[in-house]
Amino acid sequence: MTQAQLQETANIPALLDEPGIRKWQDFFGFQTDHKVIGIQYLVTSFIFYCIGGVMADLVRTELRTPEVDFVTPEVYNSLFTLHATIMIFLWIVPTGAGFANYLIPLMIGAKDMAFPRLNAVAFWMIPPAGVLLIASLAVGDAPDAGWTSYPPLSLVTGQVGQGIWIMSVLLLGTSSILGSINFLVTLLKMRIPSMDIHKMPLFCWAMFATSSLVLVSTPVLAAGLILLSFDLIAGTTFFNPTGGGDPVVYQHMFWFYSHPAVYIMILPFFGAISEIIPIHSRKPIFGYKAIAYSSLAISFLGLIVWAHHMFTSGIPGWLRMFFMITTMIIAVPTGIKIFSWLATMWGGKIQLNSAMLFAIGFVGTFVIGGISGVMLAAVPFDIHVHDTYFVVAHLHYVLFGGSVLGIFAAIYHWFPKMTGRMINEFWGKVHFALTIVGLNMTFLPMHKLGLMGMNRRIAQYDPKFTTLNEICTYGSYILAISTFPFIINAIWSWLYGEKAGNNPWRALTLEWMTTSPPAIENFDQTPVLATGPYDYGLERANEGVPLSDPNPILSAGPNSVLRAEPDPAVAANPEDRK
Amino acid sequence: MGHWALGMGYGALGMGHCFLLPPLRPSASPASPASPAFPTPPLPHSPYTLKFMQSQIIDPAKTELNHHHAAEVSVGHHEEHPDHRLFGLYVFLIAEGMIFMGLFGAYLAFRATLPVWPPAGTPELELLLPGVNTINLISSSFVMHKADTAIKKNDARGARIWLAITAVMGATFLVGQVYEYTHLEFGLTTNLFASSFYVLTGFHGLHVTIGVLAIVAVLWRSRLPGHYSNEKHFGIEAAEIYWHFVDVIWIILFGLLYLL
Repeated sequence: MTQAQLQETANIPALLDEPGIRKWQDFFGFQTDHKVIGIQYLVTSFIFYCIGGVMADLVRTELRTPEVDFVTPEVYNSLFTLHATIMIFLWIVPTGAGFANYLIPLMIGAKDMAFPRLNAVAFWMIPPAGVLLIASLAVGDAPDAGWTSYPPLSLVTGQVGQGIWIMSVLLLGTSSILGSINFLVTLLKMRIPSMDIHKMPLFCWAMFATSSLVLVSTPVLAAGLILLSFDLIAGTTFFNPTGGGDPVVYQHMFWFYSHPAVYIMILPFFGAISEIIPIHSRKPIFGYKAIAYSSLAISFLGLIVWAHHMFTSGIPGWLRMFFMITTMIIAVPTGIKIFSWLATMWGGKIQLNSAMLFAIGFVGTFVIGGISGVMLAAVPFDIHVHDTYFVVAHLHYVLFGGSVLGIFAAIYHWFPKMTGRMINEFWGKVHFALTIVGLNMTFLPMHKLGLMGMNRRIAQYDPKFTTLNEICTYGSYILAISTFPFIINAIWSWLYGEKAGNNPWRALTLEWMTTSPPAIENFDQTPVLATGPYDYGLERANEGVPLSDPNPILSAGPNSVLRAEPDPAVAANPEDRK
Repeated sequence: MGHWALGMGYGALGMGHCFLLPPLRPSASPASPASPAFPTPPLPHSPYTLKFMQSQIIDPAKTELNHHHAAEVSVGHHEEHPDHRLFGLYVFLIAEGMIFMGLFGAYLAFRATLPVWPPAGTPELELLLPGVNTINLISSSFVMHKADTAIKKNDARGARIWLAITAVMGATFLVGQVYEYTHLEFGLTTNLFASSFYVLTGFHGLHVTIGVLAIVAVLWRSRLPGHYSNEKHFGIEAAEIYWHFVDVIWIILFGLLYLL
């Protein structure tokens, strides 16, 4: 009996004749079912992704030529402000929460989240916040101080727009705090009894780290925005130098959230990738505990690196030194993950389907963004390229090349579970090819532009930058086009795709041990763990290695490669090396 | 414009406090009687089963209509859900605490960067009224704890009395705060210290108000006999924990603004 059969037969899938199938109307109302809320999160944030993407293409169209010829500089400012705010707060962050909502209870064998009503409240803060933010365009005073909204600039660019921005971000921040409370309590308290923390799927570890980070850092942003709103509306001068205030204090409060925010945006997809790669490589994950604890290390270190965004704000030298070192140290846990994924793929039976292609693309492009991040951590280099397109290139390689490719990998991977149907592979691959080409064409030239000295956030530039900017702009059009095969494919497959069955990937985590889509309350009975979450390719497992043993050398744990069919060349156990 | 945006934003933050209220729909009904025919209280979906349960004549396990559920009588879909609300409240208070830490951090940063603190010309703060107020608030935490102790001994009447005293003490604190505001010689925008003073104490006062409202809500719910008992008193416990939290924040705030 294979491992997958063993795991599947240990569990009785929920029955579909139970009153368990949702009607389409349910997805448009206030529901407490975590799976409905998860899909509501994913679809809502994808709509905002499309809106933010249109704004990005408008920005790029303006930048196609050195002159201001497409939109006015004021509109340009609003466009990049809204683009960033939407992509961060309304697309990547809520999508992570969407996957977490859908997957955490399934993965840990729970029927729902710990606080289902709170969960729905957290979701329903997002659409009003997003609509409000976009409606500011109609009011005629869209926020245009950048997504960082640094005072004193943000205090003079328009009270209505800035007020809307603050309120929208406060709503979204509250939503993600409430969500994180839910995830933390669910993860800590609602696992099935046989799942100790070291049998928890890595996505759950990643969400534990993410939620802790949200819980600690987001309130500080709220505090900063409360003070900013007093400056904006009541006439105080917390951040206004004309009244004795200090704008740098705002920057500290802002980045205390907004640097961890980049880990909040990437950690969930680190977790998703850690699920996808072993499944589609048919190999146990390499370094389960290393990946799990490096997530925690990232979330802790993420809290003490924020001032690397402020190297040019006049902070003292010793503080620069401190933040430079901590920022560089963060590359260590990240590198541990990258190498663990590579080692997982190494020698595996890799199935190059759309999910796996996006996952591999994620690893590759994220490494580029990560390495330019280490470059930016160095104070002298950072001062040189501060506020240039080098920074723009870096952040898009981590957020688009990292988070967004991770999101698509996760969508392709869990689509069969969420909809009960397979997604079309051919159009998935077309989507991948267009995305990876468009992504590199758009953002790779920006490194060079930054090093040549092109400033970010300005509608005009020196004519000598024209050629590279044209390449970027055409790349961004390819990215826009790449979305269409995905949207059409997703809708078509959802309606007419081939039926997926319960476990099309022969995966071992618990979400695949029930029906697709799962019935209300997920499982018919409390699920049973027959194997570890990543015991792939162990059909001819090395039974001589016990699952647990008092002797630490022999103790392999359910996730260990020691149990894999030993390869004589590299076997861990000396007896297998012939 | 702008004020409504501010108000709604803060309203959203306040929605986090919905933790303090018990769920609208009870998670499990302890009223369902366990008859000898049903050693565990199963509540299968079929309406037929419910009818049978009420009449308690026909064993659903032997009924054709319920062949599917018969096998799972012991693992019915409505088993007792464990109560995670208290743990959730603690996690929520971490987030709340971080908002205050952010504000305190900003205050300390202003203090550290300005050459003279408080800025020249700031009138001295009176210590008598806030001192009395502080003693009042700290004592109310002990009173609140008496309510918790009482309900754990199943003394609902005692708990109600202690809750009422706490609410009155909390309200007294707020009245004192408002009195202090109206008699101060500086306004919100006088200088950086004045702004910090009003925003910090005001934000804390908002939390005291929410705490008082929570206590009053618990008091209102406790009017029904048996609503809270030694086994079921999440409302009182949550209000107590929140009250202690507000109290601790005040001690830090008092030290920062009045003493430091």
